Amino acid sequence: MTDTALTHAQPEKPGFFTIATMQKAVAFVVLVALLIFFSVFAANFAAWNNMVNIMQATAVNGVLGVAVTLVIISGGIDLAVGTMMTLTAVMAGIVLTNLGMPLPLGIAGALLSGAAMGGFSGAIIAKLRIPPFIATLGMMQIARGLALVFSGAKPIYFNDTPSYQYISPESSITSLIPGLEIPNGVFVMFGVAIIASIILNRSLLGRYIFALGSNEEAARLSGVNVNFWKIVTYALSGMICGVAGLLVSSRLNSAQPALGLGYELDAIAAAVIGGTSLAGGRGTVLGTIIGAFIMSVLTNGLRVMGVQEEWKIVVTGVIIIIAVYVDIALRKKM
Amino acid sequence: MRAIEKRFPGVHALRSVRFDLRAGEVHALMGENGAGKSTLMKILTGVYHPDSGEIFVDGKQVTIPGPKAAQDLGISIIHQELYLMNHLTAAQNIYIGREPRKGFGLFVDEAKMNADAAALFKRMNIRIDPSEEVGNMTVARQQLVEIAKALSFNSRVLVMDEPTSALNETEVEHLFAVIQDLKANGVGIVYITHKMDEVKRIADRITVMRDGQTIDTVPAEGTSMARIISLMVGRELADATRAEGTGTETEMLRVAGLNRGKAVKDVSFTLRKGEILGFAGLMGAGRTEVARAIFGADPIDSGEIHVRGKRAMIKSPKDAVTLGLAYLSEDRKHFGLVTPMSVRDNVTMASWQRFTSGRMWMKDAALRKTSKEYVDLLKVKTPTVDQETRLLSGGNQQKVVIAKWLLRDCDILFFDEPTRGIDVGAKAEIYKLLQGLAAQGKSIVVISSEMPEILRLSHRIIVMCEGRITGELDGKTATQESIMTLAAQGWGKAA
Repeated sequence: MTDTALTHAQPEKPGFFTIATMQKAVAFVVLVALLIFFSVFAANFAAWNNMVNIMQATAVNGVLGVAVTLVIISGGIDLAVGTMMTLTAVMAGIVLTNLGMPLPLGIAGALLSGAAMGGFSGAIIAKLRIPPFIATLGMMQIARGLALVFSGAKPIYFNDTPSYQYISPESSITSLIPGLEIPNGVFVMFGVAIIASIILNRSLLGRYIFALGSNEEAARLSGVNVNFWKIVTYALSGMICGVAGLLVSSRLNSAQPALGLGYELDAIAAAVIGGTSLAGGRGTVLGTIIGAFIMSVLTNGLRVMGVQEEWKIVVTGVIIIIAVYVDIALRKKM
Repeated sequence: MRAIEKRFPGVHALRSVRFDLRAGEVHALMGENGAGKSTLMKILTGVYHPDSGEIFVDGKQVTIPGPKAAQDLGISIIHQELYLMNHLTAAQNIYIGREPRKGFGLFVDEAKMNADAAALFKRMNIRIDPSEEVGNMTVARQQLVEIAKALSFNSRVLVMDEPTSALNETEVEHLFAVIQDLKANGVGIVYITHKMDEVKRIADRITVMRDGQTIDTVPAEGTSMARIISLMVGRELADATRAEGTGTETEMLRVAGLNRGKAVKDVSFTLRKGEILGFAGLMGAGRTEVARAIFGADPIDSGEIHVRGKRAMIKSPKDAVTLGLAYLSEDRKHFGLVTPMSVRDNVTMASWQRFTSGRMWMKDAALRKTSKEYVDLLKVKTPTVDQETRLLSGGNQQKVVIAKWLLRDCDILFFDEPTRGIDVGAKAEIYKLLQGLAAQGKSIVVISSEMPEILRLSHRIIVMCEGRITGELDGKTATQESIMTLAAQGWGKAA
């Protein structure tokens, strides 16, 4: 009967330690603990060169993590972020190398193709009512196949566009502060994270992303054009995959069409470790970036310690499970 | 069952309730929504535990700690919604969790299971293939499978909660035949229903509940329908306040010939400016469906909707909101509020587009200021507007939803069970709020299963039954009896 509706929660002051801040704090503490652990037990881990390696390695997964975080908070999931990234890289390659156009057009090609593909996923989900998991599983294969078709299944090199290197591996900051060498890709990642964070917290779209993920039906009954905002969310996420595509291809100086599968799982793992709820409605961009760092610190640290490659994969899996368990345990206490 | 007491936070759900069932009888349990029928049956089947009271089975006092214990005592319930696994066969459903085994207990003995099920069906005089998938059966046959499942536990007490709500006339006849057989075999049946004609046909005795109490137990034979209705309605209106005035003559909303599947049949009505129009009826009468259809939440089959004299094409809630319509669901947590979000965000949700610069960035200061104004206006009790909405009480949550629509400038408001889950003190406040809104010229539709609420608020009352409007009453002269008669009138006839 009405018993459940009758439980009266007393209004309480919103505390400083909300679940979201706790989660981020936990992730951050874990990250610091890992850094200290490896600095002590792995020789050369703390060397600046190695730190740069870690940052560089985090850039792509971090950006993809941000892309998938937006979708997950909106109550969806995107399994296509990895192969969409590859397809956008191929698009950049086609524009720059095959068509010989200038760099800005190559960048636009990657971003727009990403947005188009993301929007297409969103449209399938919103209009045809296909569950996001299935729709993006299909999209994952479509993007993967198209990347191979468009590139002729061969890598496209960016040798004609030397400035392409400036997107990721080059360090522009060295010219400002001599001696400090941080690849541009790292700044790109932080830039994407800051912009995404502002969109999520300050924009109309961000507000709708949280509303959709928390209670889509209530949002619909409030007169919100649910389908439209869903498509916009996936399109934005796709565009961010385009950034990841630029980063990865710049670093490899080539668009590798066979790459991409598996990246989506790392991206989702980064989001989950960072406290984004797969049920939707909850999550932060900063958490995801911390999550991405945790994963690359682990991989790098274990490698420096000389742990067998295969074991690193096992450890990553364990970390994901622990992270989600901590999340559940924390929420029970609240 | 004797002197059963049950309290929930804020409600005294059952007060020294007594109920007895003899072997081989059909005992109808009747009462308005919220009278305590389901709670009582949940106690009998071990879902709830009574605060005090005694339960006897075959003269021996028992405690029923859980559904399994009830089953062991031979007590089974057939819920209104069926709990069957659609992709399993009838026999698999009946013996789920206790399948006969073979081959050292590793394999299910399908042959024996099907034979057992067939024997069971034969005992019930029904013809169902034990190996047919349940999902392919009609609802009526699925229900028979549920009954068979209950009997397979050697049940001697069978509770049926509104068993005919999804059945057509022939299927009802068939079910009654099965019930007669069960009776003959000494099974006692508790039959929960709203349908008078069914009670007259199959019940031996009738117990009426109201406000968590058993009012009376009467023999079915020789008791008139009118007497049962008066027992169900009972109390005189405790406070006899009625709606003041009549609203104005200006027509705000006209609905003509609205149809939607089986739930809404040829519904036509008008709503005037400044008027509170009550929609009365029993659960499942189609009132919520009417509101949702008008609001564009569900697609309609046919019908015209005119808003402020103009034909309106409402295809989605967005269209409805643009026209100034608002729907406040009975289920606030699922359809009204985004509970993990702040009071501020919920109050402003339907108007977010208005609080942006360049349709892009949220103006948080303005959001906070405006939501604060509405929180103060409606006296929502919350420490700050940043409070998560889930932490508010039911009454305050309802006010947040009302604030949302007032801010959106909606002037045609559909309230579906506006005080469900809200305690008595807050109810009066919500009533005052609604009356104040009507006085300001808003047009309000109140859907409620609580008759005192309908009588207290409405200028006019529309009564629905089985998807149709069965009558319209003046708010000043209507009585609980006159509403109940219209609300129960169509039952059975229109099937």
